[in-house]
Amino acid sequence: MPSLIDRLLGRTRQSSAHTAKERLQFILVHDRIDLPPERLNEMKEKILAVISEFVDVAIDDVDIALRQNDRNSNMIVAEIPFAHSLLSDEERDENDDMELPLLTEKDDDDDDQPTP
Amino acid sequence: MGASNTAQSGTPGNNKRRARVLTVTSGKGGVGKTTTTANLGVAFARLGYRVVVMDADIGLRNLDVVMGLENRIVYDLVDVVEGRCKLRQAMIKHKQFPDLYLIPAAQTRDKTAVSPSNMVEITQKLRDEFDFIVIDSPAGIERGFRNALAPADEVLIVTNPEVSAVRDADRIVGLIEAANRGPAQLILNRVKMDMIRRGEMLSPKDVTDILAIQIIGIVPDDESVVPSSNSGIPVAMNDKSKAGIAFTNIARRLTGEKVPFSVLENSGGFFSRIASIFGGGNAN
Repeated sequence: MPSLIDRLLGRTRQSSAHTAKERLQFILVHDRIDLPPERLNEMKEKILAVISEFVDVAIDDVDIALRQNDRNSNMIVAEIPFAHSLLSDEERDENDDMELPLLTEKDDDDDDQPTP
Repeated sequence: MGASNTAQSGTPGNNKRRARVLTVTSGKGGVGKTTTTANLGVAFARLGYRVVVMDADIGLRNLDVVMGLENRIVYDLVDVVEGRCKLRQAMIKHKQFPDLYLIPAAQTRDKTAVSPSNMVEITQKLRDEFDFIVIDSPAGIERGFRNALAPADEVLIVTNPEVSAVRDADRIVGLIEAANRGPAQLILNRVKMDMIRRGEMLSPKDVTDILAIQIIGIVPDDESVVPSSNSGIPVAMNDKSKAGIAFTNIARRLTGEKVPFSVLENSGGFFSRIASIFGGGNAN
């Protein structure tokens, strides 16, 4: 039963069936929310522009994507890390202990709110 | 899963009937809606139920040809709607099955000749005399689709394991939910096990993962389907056809019977393994 072995070894990862599944999942999440990838990119840029007015963001590590748990639970999941400079020794010294955890917590909240 | 959550089905030989209206649709054309409708009709009739199959594809009628009844058409659905004949007169009795009738579509008109409320009225008139009314929806999401959906108690979405067909099926799932006609159930048609084994075709599990709806049938790609439509004899009349068996199994599941998916695949093994991953509820 080569198929099963293939599956166990993850060989089907490269198969065209797997490609089809990945493409479909991507297409459908955009179809369902009626937001084409291009519009999503536009939105990302605007979100980042706004956030960057207030804090330094590690632009290269930003991840904003549509995600769905099931058909009726679609969400925008954004991971927007602060720029490294925020955590520099200098700043860490200046900030009292309260502030950083607070910031992190808030960031977490924004991500998690729509999850349940 | 499947039929168990729906209205109770009629029982063969029961004289107090209340038909369930099943609409077969797909979004994309050419995935096997008409073949599915014809075969469900035949399969229900062979199981002893009273059935009407209805072609809602006004202007492009095909169900008559697939069922081998094209030479008997005198009146059609539009004649009924426009009062040129009684409903009875447009119902063509199948040659072999006296409890199987076809209501053909008009060939020379367009979809606006019938309205969703016409469809509801017609099915209401039939409900007390039949166990199942199976409606063949046209492709697309326009008027013809809405006509076919209006009277539906249950919706069966036919798709193939291909990106375009699955995408369109997803759109239909959304429309059906929006119209409060769901949850739809899935029929995956033209499944090629050897290609799935080689990783060249989406598996039933892949498709149900993506669409997140219940699957009620897996129909193998079967070379007996084309000759059967050549001669107007649906494969469900052929006990040796794998596709025919699959369609019959769908009909049985719709009547509430538990039919394991693994029965479909004579080589068992891999296929039943796949089936058991997603079809556990039904495959006992």
